[in-house]
Amino acid sequence: MALDSKIPDGPLESKWTKYKSSVKLVNPANKRKLDVLVIGTGLAGASAAASLAELGYKVKAFCFQDSPRRAHSIAAQGGINSAKNYKNDGDSVHRLFYDTIKGGDFRAREANVHRLAEVSVDIIDQCVAQGVPFAREYGGLLDNRSFGGAQVSRTFYARGQTGQQLLIGAYQALERQIGLGNVEMYSRHEMVEVVTIDGKARGIICRNLITGKLERFFGHAVVLATGGYGNVFFLSTNAMGSNVTAAWRAHRNGAYFANPCYTQIHPTCIPVTGDYQSKLTLMSESLRNDGRVWVPKAKGDKRKPQDIPEEERDYYLERKYPSFGNLAPRDIASRAAKEACDDGRGVGASGLAVYLDFADSIKRLGKEKVEERYGNLFDMYKHITNENPYETPMRIYPAVHYTMGGLWVDYNLMTSVPGLYATGECNFSDHGANRLGASALMQGLADGYFVLPYTIGNYLADEIFTKAIPTDHPAFVEAEKTAQERYDKLLSIQGTRTVDDFHKELGKIIWDYCGMARSAEGLTKARQMVRKLRDEFWKDVKVTGGLHEFNVDLDKANRVADFLELGELMIIDALDRNESCGGHFRVEYQDDGEAKRDDENYAYVAAWEFTGLEGDPVLHKEELKYENIKLAVRSYK
Amino acid sequence: MKFNLKIWRQKDANAQGKLVDYKIDNVSEDMSLLEMMDVLNDQLVRKGEEPVAFDHDCREGICGMCSMYINGRAHGPVKASTTCQLYMRNFTDGETITIEPFRAGAFPIVRDLAVTRSAFDRIIAAGGFVSVSTGQAQDANNTPIGKEEADKAMDAAACIGCGACAAACPNASAMLFVSAKVAHLSLLPQGQVERKERALAMINQMDEEGFGSCTNIGACEAECPKEISLENIARLNREYLWATVAK
Amino acid sequence: MQADISLGKRLTSSIGKKIVVALTGLFLTLFLVVHLMGNLQLLKNDGGEAFNHYSEFMGHNPLIQTISKVNFAFILGHAIWGIFLAFKNRAARPTRYAVNKPGANSRWASRNMALLGTIVFVFIAIHLVNFYFTFHYGDIPTVDYRDAHSGELFRVKDYASVVQIGFQQLWIVAFYVVAMFALAFHLSHGIQSAFQTLGANNKEVSPTLKTIGYVLAYGLCALFAIIPVIMYIQNS
Repeated sequence: MALDSKIPDGPLESKWTKYKSSVKLVNPANKRKLDVLVIGTGLAGASAAASLAELGYKVKAFCFQDSPRRAHSIAAQGGINSAKNYKNDGDSVHRLFYDTIKGGDFRAREANVHRLAEVSVDIIDQCVAQGVPFAREYGGLLDNRSFGGAQVSRTFYARGQTGQQLLIGAYQALERQIGLGNVEMYSRHEMVEVVTIDGKARGIICRNLITGKLERFFGHAVVLATGGYGNVFFLSTNAMGSNVTAAWRAHRNGAYFANPCYTQIHPTCIPVTGDYQSKLTLMSESLRNDGRVWVPKAKGDKRKPQDIPEEERDYYLERKYPSFGNLAPRDIASRAAKEACDDGRGVGASGLAVYLDFADSIKRLGKEKVEERYGNLFDMYKHITNENPYETPMRIYPAVHYTMGGLWVDYNLMTSVPGLYATGECNFSDHGANRLGASALMQGLADGYFVLPYTIGNYLADEIFTKAIPTDHPAFVEAEKTAQERYDKLLSIQGTRTVDDFHKELGKIIWDYCGMARSAEGLTKARQMVRKLRDEFWKDVKVTGGLHEFNVDLDKANRVADFLELGELMIIDALDRNESCGGHFRVEYQDDGEAKRDDENYAYVAAWEFTGLEGDPVLHKEELKYENIKLAVRSYK
Repeated sequence: MKFNLKIWRQKDANAQGKLVDYKIDNVSEDMSLLEMMDVLNDQLVRKGEEPVAFDHDCREGICGMCSMYINGRAHGPVKASTTCQLYMRNFTDGETITIEPFRAGAFPIVRDLAVTRSAFDRIIAAGGFVSVSTGQAQDANNTPIGKEEADKAMDAAACIGCGACAAACPNASAMLFVSAKVAHLSLLPQGQVERKERALAMINQMDEEGFGSCTNIGACEAECPKEISLENIARLNREYLWATVAK
Repeated sequence: MQADISLGKRLTSSIGKKIVVALTGLFLTLFLVVHLMGNLQLLKNDGGEAFNHYSEFMGHNPLIQTISKVNFAFILGHAIWGIFLAFKNRAARPTRYAVNKPGANSRWASRNMALLGTIVFVFIAIHLVNFYFTFHYGDIPTVDYRDAHSGELFRVKDYASVVQIGFQQLWIVAFYVVAMFALAFHLSHGIQSAFQTLGANNKEVSPTLKTIGYVLAYGLCALFAIIPVIMYIQNS
């Protein structure tokens, strides 16, 4: 099947406007007859479910947590970008568009990103109207801060809890629709299969996590808003429950998976302390507004940071990237940290950390101001490390944070399976090879509030004559059987190694060979390692408990099984891309540490089709056409 | 470090539960309590026993999913901290640590330490929102909001809905949770239109869920991981009184 | 949004009940202040004259008598709503914690208002039997006083002597003192709690309201308690 991204014709600036005014509509009476299933209730899912219900569709929403409010969007700290230009500092829709494309190292789709920049303005309006308490200036107007990869202040924030406040806004909109009876909410439900009938997505199979029963749900359309797959690394800043299962089941059922090797390693996380560590904690990028990153100039300098005089410190980001300094984009800042540590100049017990120092800001602004800006982050740091960042610099190290890759979608956010949509981090969409800070919240909400409600109508307009399909249809029975057999298999192995054993080992392979630096040699080796590990998993995993009960061990095993398949695809994708761009850094392709793109051969989206685990997946290329901006070397110097 | 653990085990909502003793050693003081639970579960699984079920997700103190009653305190002994942000350095070597689920009639037990807190969702669904649909908003800067009001609203909106307030309250009351939402929205101009209905509807739902009534004990505020203030409850009382009289 | 919640339901909701308890409680506190002012006259060294005049006035003034009936109603209302709340609140946690350390997050008095209130209620019942009903319906000796201005003699019941006889019994004195402790704790939470329930709590006024609450609670009860103690010592 040839990939058709269905980008509307016409000039970039008017594509979306034109699309909106020419898209097919569904009249209110018909909307009431159309079922939409939304899986995941983070920013993308909750906003979509609420908005679709407001329009009149019959919505069912699903999340694996005990409440829709707990989705991991809640942990986003720093902020959300919007081209409001309230600061009068030269921002515009075009500039946000350009920054995002450049930030993504020219590997994102122009039309999608421009649409994102356009609707970014509406998002802020919507959220304020919902009562999101964004930070304000004394005059009562909205405040902004700066984020990496931009030279304007366009980031709106609510202390260090922006994701929380935006999600609570979307959650409240969703709860309102639940209260009105327009949405049926299924919490503690995990989607484990997608059901397709005559090539179209028609429903899902869920595991009710409390009873363990498999349940069938019909929908005229299915929306996946299930987040990213960063937990393939075991250690990441994702929530413990974040997983790829829903997206991977969709992939196995025909949805192409795009750019899986594009993962974002965030530069400012709290370093690992021991092998018991279960997850990594992010320190918001906003800290780099006022914090200065440095390491000692001398190798193996074990003095306390306070004892290292100014002239013996290397503020390497300021040195290497003078025009962006500490606000260099994430991929670049992460790589620079790794370089410093590989050079033997890392700090802390493990030598795998750099300092993020606030001494100058405290001197300049006063402790109170710094506390007002970052108080909760400093507290969090102190809770975890038992060190006071007001007195001693934070130690930080890069960690897996976000996955730019995901299910391939066209301009409508529809995957390669008709009727199956993917929104938010779950799709590959708008961030190219690297995402800029404060853009994930923007994209999740853009998709859910302002894009999907239009584009889904275009598909559903042709579905008004489709009656609800009873869930005893053979396709449902078959899909449930697939899920059932998988669970039975997992429970029957009764091997010797725990699920976490496998997960940790997989994470280490991916981190070592498909993390911050990748090479053809390493990747080739890693692919074999993952395959071997996967075989072992299906022979030797030990899962306790039974099927029809609340069984966290079984749920975890089911997720790790999918990670073991995804991991291999990431490696295949990284091997295919013989260039360095954004978060994908191939050591063979560099200019003195800076990523070296190959626009001639690799200016495409790699969309992979699942063909079974034995052979290779099939690559479909979507060529990226840049008609409005010139491809350039991405420089932050 | 080593610890004696007494952990509540209960197969499902209807089963009889009991405290079960476990011993664990080689615990690092830099481990979080949940990481210690991971290690315990790992040992249990290797022995072929079923691991302890407990709720957790973000492990950054923001999702509100973790919910343990540790040594007689909601989220344990450290102030302004969730269970996931509790580190073993806060305990003494050799100590006995008792871990129970959050207990309230309105929080039925799912299994072991995991409980259902959907009652909170239903309270929000009853009125914890502003009735504005997507696309109906005016420009965000059309209505200025004083910094002080916005900050106060943010203080209240910081609630993570974990349920520690109800778990710690001797009356199992959810007033701090409800008040945080009522205060958040009533402090902002966007929340004015539905102010009275909101206070009445949310309290009505809270009562229907079977939560107790607030008697101003203050345990909720003391145990709240986000330090939501009792002032919010006073504000809710005012809102309710006014709604009762003026509606 | 819609919220069709009747006035009756609003008043019997969890906050509605609290408001009733708070308002009646504050009224009863005011009553205690007035009551104490009367009692303190027992300590005057005038053979009970001032107290007897005061009691006579209180016992026959129609306005006072009406308020006194309201007072009884409020005591009952306060107690009944309070008990309702206590039972409802207990039922809200059917399974108790095996290990619980409420002392780490709240005051003992605040958690035991029902217990303290019950002690106070029992005290009030005994107190009424001891004095109120005796004053009103009992056989009380009389005493003659001469009006300071007109020089006329007039006869009043010698309430003071009843009190004096009562407080010669150690167990009654002890019971009163214990009851006043209970009342002090009850009020130490009750007064500030009532302000909170009525919505008065912010950083500026709360410290003052709290102080007023504590001063009233401990001051009132200390003075109430000291009267029988002094009278017992004086008479033994």
